[in-house]
Amino acid sequence: MSEITLVEAVTQALAHELQTDERVMLLGEDIGANGGVFRATTGLQERFGAERVVDTPLAETLIAGMSIGLAAQGMRPVAEIQFMGFIYPAIDQLLNHAARLRNRTCGRLSCPMVLRSPIGAGIHAPEHHSESTEALFAHIPGLRVVIPSSPARAYGLLLAAIRDPDPVVFLEPTRLYRLAKEEVPDSGDALPLDVCFVLREGKDVTLVTWGATTRETLAAADALADEGVEAEVIDVATLAPLDMNTILESVAKTGRCVIAHEAARNVGVGAEIAARIADRGLLTLLSPIKRVTGYDTIVPLAKLEPAYLPTPERIAAAARETLEAA
Amino acid sequence: MRRPVDATLRLASDSQPNELAARFEVHYTRILDPDGRLRAPLPEPFSDPGVLVSLYEEMLALRLFDAKAVALQRTGRLGTYPSCLGQEATAIALGRTMAREDVLLATYRETGTMLVRGVRMAEIFLYWSGDERGSDYSGPDAPKEDFPICVPIATHAPQAVGVAYAMKHKREPRVAVCVLGDGATSKGDFYEAMNGAGVWHLPLVFVVVNNEWAISVPRSAQTRAQTLAQKAIAAGIPGEQVDGNDVLAVHSVMQRALAAARSGGGPSVIEALTYRIADHTTADDATRYRNAADLDRARRLDPLVRLRQYLVRERLWSEPQEMAAREACNARVEQAVAQFLAMPPREPTAMFEHLFAELPASLHEQRDAVRGRDHE
Repeated sequence: MSEITLVEAVTQALAHELQTDERVMLLGEDIGANGGVFRATTGLQERFGAERVVDTPLAETLIAGMSIGLAAQGMRPVAEIQFMGFIYPAIDQLLNHAARLRNRTCGRLSCPMVLRSPIGAGIHAPEHHSESTEALFAHIPGLRVVIPSSPARAYGLLLAAIRDPDPVVFLEPTRLYRLAKEEVPDSGDALPLDVCFVLREGKDVTLVTWGATTRETLAAADALADEGVEAEVIDVATLAPLDMNTILESVAKTGRCVIAHEAARNVGVGAEIAARIADRGLLTLLSPIKRVTGYDTIVPLAKLEPAYLPTPERIAAAARETLEAA
Repeated sequence: MRRPVDATLRLASDSQPNELAARFEVHYTRILDPDGRLRAPLPEPFSDPGVLVSLYEEMLALRLFDAKAVALQRTGRLGTYPSCLGQEATAIALGRTMAREDVLLATYRETGTMLVRGVRMAEIFLYWSGDERGSDYSGPDAPKEDFPICVPIATHAPQAVGVAYAMKHKREPRVAVCVLGDGATSKGDFYEAMNGAGVWHLPLVFVVVNNEWAISVPRSAQTRAQTLAQKAIAAGIPGEQVDGNDVLAVHSVMQRALAAARSGGGPSVIEALTYRIADHTTADDATRYRNAADLDRARRLDPLVRLRQYLVRERLWSEPQEMAAREACNARVEQAVAQFLAMPPREPTAMFEHLFAELPASLHEQRDAVRGRDHE
């Protein structure tokens, strides 16, 4: 079996669901003949037809709103927003309708849709293509927010998102699309939503992260290991609803916690995790919680991108701080 | 159906200097004039006088229901309520022409359409009293697939595109009907939806209920466009106007649009001209922004009076019948009020019940806290 990239894993998951569930359909801008600007839907229109792999007019509100209508009528729409910078018109539909359709009809109607979008910086893209605004979506009750951090998790979590009976925002780190390959069998086996993945076990410090920053966090754990520090690395994966049990158990073991994410710090998901640790795990902490994040600035254009993104060095340094404190 | 013309085709064509590239028309339909006189031959469905009488009875029931809802709000038993006074003809005609299996996506002023489609009066009271169960549509004849009332403006229009796409994809002879107000036509959502419906040639009818007011902003300040129906033309789909206070005209225009959509003829826009005689909602005071003369003029165009005059002149309706119908309607409404007031309140934990298909483990604690708090 050959190894595939994260974007190929996305394609594989989409193809699997199109093949096995006739309710599944894809819609978005340039996803047909062009296969999507990141090629996540390559070959799918040819394989499954233009009625199920639909090029839409250039209209994000339509894409999101239409998905709700399709979902309420028993389809399983998977919509693509071309870049996260173009997702904001869709928030109206997600917040006012997708996330509350089940609740406001007491379960009479529901909204099993997935809205996929690339997320994050680090590929030298033009302006408005590099933000990480997952916290905006995680704040919406009734919505799931999922970010994979490897080809295998992209495949398994996307299958789960498509099969989930409620709306899911699925954010794919652009920086990871083609960065690494691994074997991802097309097994059709979904991974669980609503749980964190422990990527590396350790007893000295807990490193909590998600998305593209998972790579830098694992690199930091390697560096710390060279110094004899055993870091536990947790990929949150589903940012909402948040699986705090895994994180709290880990922090209870290590007594130290560093939260690393690419998004701006202020009111980021890291703040929520830190607050919940403070609430439920404060007495297990040996030192203050540290956050390593993007700055509370506009994500700089390509030339300054490296200065913005969390690095393994910054994450490892924060971990050392927690170790020095106690 | 006109098809889009590629730029290169136009450029390569042997055209005259300054030749006409395209031409469009918007038609207006009326059958009964404001005095209740026929302006056009009576269309086929109305050859049965029973149909005419039942349309009148349903408009009357709506008016009495609506007045009761306002009264319930004034006495503190409903929250804010948007009256549909004066707009009965359009609402009832929509409900009467739609097929049972069609899907309605409406705003908050289509109470009449909802009632005709089988939403129970008690549920409508329940919704406006602030209870999600009002959108549950639990009655035996309920339109289970209809969308709940859309409160934000025009956001349901793109959703209607999805509904219609699913119908077409599944080869079902069904139609989605999206009802919006005049203010909604200023929003991009409306344009994106019409445009999408045109691209995929969907079974979707947009009904713009132009009641001349978007809260306090008059139609004239909403757009420079001569008609709202013409906005369809930019999306490549037909648009027409109808006298929205003439239930017969709306009925026949809707019937035609639905039949076309159902048989592969694609989407259309119908602009129904009416007037919001009531305040925007019970929380509004329209005397702040519109003058009494305008309102008086609108009252003379009352859709109920118009049809009643016609029926009386044709000896299909009489004063005793009117009295009896009012009495019967009021009894129905009072029964619904009693039913509504007798509903036991929901448990506070109900807010967690339908958030997701299954409540995620991480939310159990919050739900249990609410439960515990209530049992203290």
